Amino acid sequence: MTGATPTVPFDRLSPTERPYFDRLGGGLVAVVAPQAPGPSGWGRGGPPHGGAWVHLGEDGKARAFTGKADVGQGTRTALALLVAEELRLPLAAVELTMGDTDVCPWDMGTFGSRSMPDAAQHLRRAGAAARAALVDLAAHALGIVPDRVELADGTARSRGPGPARSMTYGDLVKGIRRVEVASPSTEPLPPAEWQRAGHPSPSLGGFEIVTGARKYTSDLHPPGMLYGKVLFPPSYGAKLVRVDLARARAMGGVTAVHEGEFVGVAAPNMFLARAALGSVDAVWEPSPQPSDKNIVPYLRAHPAEGEDFWDVVHHETGDVAAALASAPVSLAATYTTAYIAHVPMETHAVLAAWDAPGRLTVWMGGQTPFRARDALSDALGLPPSNVHVVIPPTGSGFGGKHASELAVGAALLAKAAGQPVRITLSREEEFAHAYFRPMAVIDLRSGAEKDGTITAWQFQDWNAGAAAARIPYRVANQKIGNQPVASPLPQGSYRALAATANNFARESHIDELAARFGADPVDYRLRHLADERLAAVLRAVAERAGWKAPRGRAGRRKPTGEGRGIAVGLEKEGRVATFAEVRVRDDRRLEVARIVTGFECGAIVHPANLKSQIEGGTIMALGGALFESIRFEEGRILNPRLSQYRVPRFRDVPPIEVVLLDRPDLPSQGGGETPLIAVAPAIANAIFDATGRRLRSLPLVPDGTVP
Amino acid sequence: MNGTAHAVSLDRDRSLLYVLREELGLTGTKYGCGEGECGACKVLLDGVAVRACKTPIGEAVGHSVTTIEGLATGDRLHPVQQAFVDASAFQCGFCIPGMIIATVSLLAQNPRPDEAEIRAALDGNLCRCCGYVRILEAVRMASALSPGRGPRGATR
Repeated sequence: MTGATPTVPFDRLSPTERPYFDRLGGGLVAVVAPQAPGPSGWGRGGPPHGGAWVHLGEDGKARAFTGKADVGQGTRTALALLVAEELRLPLAAVELTMGDTDVCPWDMGTFGSRSMPDAAQHLRRAGAAARAALVDLAAHALGIVPDRVELADGTARSRGPGPARSMTYGDLVKGIRRVEVASPSTEPLPPAEWQRAGHPSPSLGGFEIVTGARKYTSDLHPPGMLYGKVLFPPSYGAKLVRVDLARARAMGGVTAVHEGEFVGVAAPNMFLARAALGSVDAVWEPSPQPSDKNIVPYLRAHPAEGEDFWDVVHHETGDVAAALASAPVSLAATYTTAYIAHVPMETHAVLAAWDAPGRLTVWMGGQTPFRARDALSDALGLPPSNVHVVIPPTGSGFGGKHASELAVGAALLAKAAGQPVRITLSREEEFAHAYFRPMAVIDLRSGAEKDGTITAWQFQDWNAGAAAARIPYRVANQKIGNQPVASPLPQGSYRALAATANNFARESHIDELAARFGADPVDYRLRHLADERLAAVLRAVAERAGWKAPRGRAGRRKPTGEGRGIAVGLEKEGRVATFAEVRVRDDRRLEVARIVTGFECGAIVHPANLKSQIEGGTIMALGGALFESIRFEEGRILNPRLSQYRVPRFRDVPPIEVVLLDRPDLPSQGGGETPLIAVAPAIANAIFDATGRRLRSLPLVPDGTVP
Repeated sequence: MNGTAHAVSLDRDRSLLYVLREELGLTGTKYGCGEGECGACKVLLDGVAVRACKTPIGEAVGHSVTTIEGLATGDRLHPVQQAFVDASAFQCGFCIPGMIIATVSLLAQNPRPDEAEIRAALDGNLCRCCGYVRILEAVRMASALSPGRGPRGATR
């Protein structure tokens, strides 16, 4: 898993100083240097990030390195395919190391759908630099001009006149130690020339998964390992007044630690660890907390400065106030979304082991290895070079595994015990002590001409975040803003968090406007859409769905209990349109009868995985759209169990059709998040079509019935 | 256990899941919730899928237990495992051992299940990557390949 230990992590050395060959043996290395972050956007103010490197060894195999992690979204296969493509190697000859802080380039973390636009492009460029060097090596070795070198399946061949000659990559790099740094002119192959990427390919890792051999962090068990437990506050905001660890420490084999905010125990088996935690005497002072019953006014009353994490958008064009005042038709409505939980199949797990005094290795299921390394380094007073973080296979994340506190806790316990310590959260701890997708409140006012042309758009979001707040429609007068809030529940990243909320509000509201004018929802959108790529996705989905204009003015015809709705979204350079068909039964029970989702994210790298991300994202979004909601009171979660918090199951899966729009002429973008964002409004719009009832809060049908 | 007798000295109330993972090192069976809601811990008890987290070890004494590690013969996968590989029916993979065990149990009792029967049999298994569409494809493929034999070779 880790091999030889370098003295300095690679990200702390310049690309030409790193001891590549000490680690992997001789051969050819091609590297893309990390990039200084821009003044705005992801990573602003941070260290140079990204970059990638590829090693081609004497065995003819390629090893590629990126700081991103694959926690189930399928990037391991997609990224390996791109490296194989550039090197003209079979997929099986490429091994990808991800998220290992000793040898991977520094990375902010795996979030924001950045693996395709960032890591993929860096790996492609590293591969392209290696390919150029291979051509150069082959030209010399074969005694031909570079133009006559052809690379295919791990062999360089001469082409054209004269006797055909060939050498394997392994023979070409035998005995050399050459480092190529990609230059600005290093160009990866255009997607139109792809032979492996963009074509059907199996996903990597299947054999280990189906045989149970794959080791996740929660499966690791080195000799002497202790089981760690954390003392969590009984309610949010509770302050630890006093803690006495004497009884726990008196239990044989138990280690107990109180350092800073952290209190925890470790023991040779999980039962003793639980008993030891139970024996800790702790006095807490609770603080007043709101409940989910009064949460909307609470959020409005608690504006906060934006934290670093939350992007803030303030966009204004034209004069919204004047346009609203003069518009012959206006609409105002408020939309809300609930706090929801990530519920990763594998709960948070972290294993800490001190290899030697002062040198720490942490294995963790997570999305932010370098952030964890830096947090461990700060908390334990170690130089970053003495902290090694590894991300083993991880049982999903969805944005929920960005935190480092558990890693610090495990490291403190392991240090005190002098033995490795693993902490694996119980499901109940996972619900109550991770963080949630933020709740959102969105106030929307719009104005339109008598012919339906939208002239004013005033959009104010509380607590959702900035993503997808801007609109893809042509509106002359706009004022769009978001207000961060001092959330009573811990909140953080979640798959398409803000975009889901903001898109739900906007696409519901557009539908309300279309209904107000008796316009066809597809035509009405197309009439205002300013983005031709998004319009193409909407047309493709309408065609596949067999879209027909609602019979008569949607709000006025007699509801039949069957309805169809549509919604679009543009976020993270992905374009999505979702069509939903619903039935509302006589007992008011809602059934989602059919979904069609169309998606375009540039050049498609791994079609089957992209389709799977869209299907999976659509179903995950159904949970938040229909029934998922965290309930809370006095700082406690009231439904912290899977028997109390419902997530989508097989019974909830409607027929889903996916329409992929491939654009080999455009850069590849991520597909893990944006496919979620049109699901909720498409269903809300379909419910309106079916019943005449407009639902403006997610989840739409917490008990399964339309009110 | 997977064809081998094991002697363990334990409280009979300890869960089968605990014994598998912590005493025997068989970590292919996963912990997901501890209350029988997610299916990640399913194993075959005398050929029928049970939730190991809700099964006291006492109930397994003297019975045959097959875990995900016991399905393949060397590198030769069980047909259900092969179907999951062929369909690439996995994302993070954490739920897949439980899904495969549930499918083996279903096909042993009903080699040609219809769509509703498949969904009913797997409804107690959660996948949070929500790879349900491809998992359903894998189960259909496995059913088409299935000779109608159970895990112990009993023909139905």
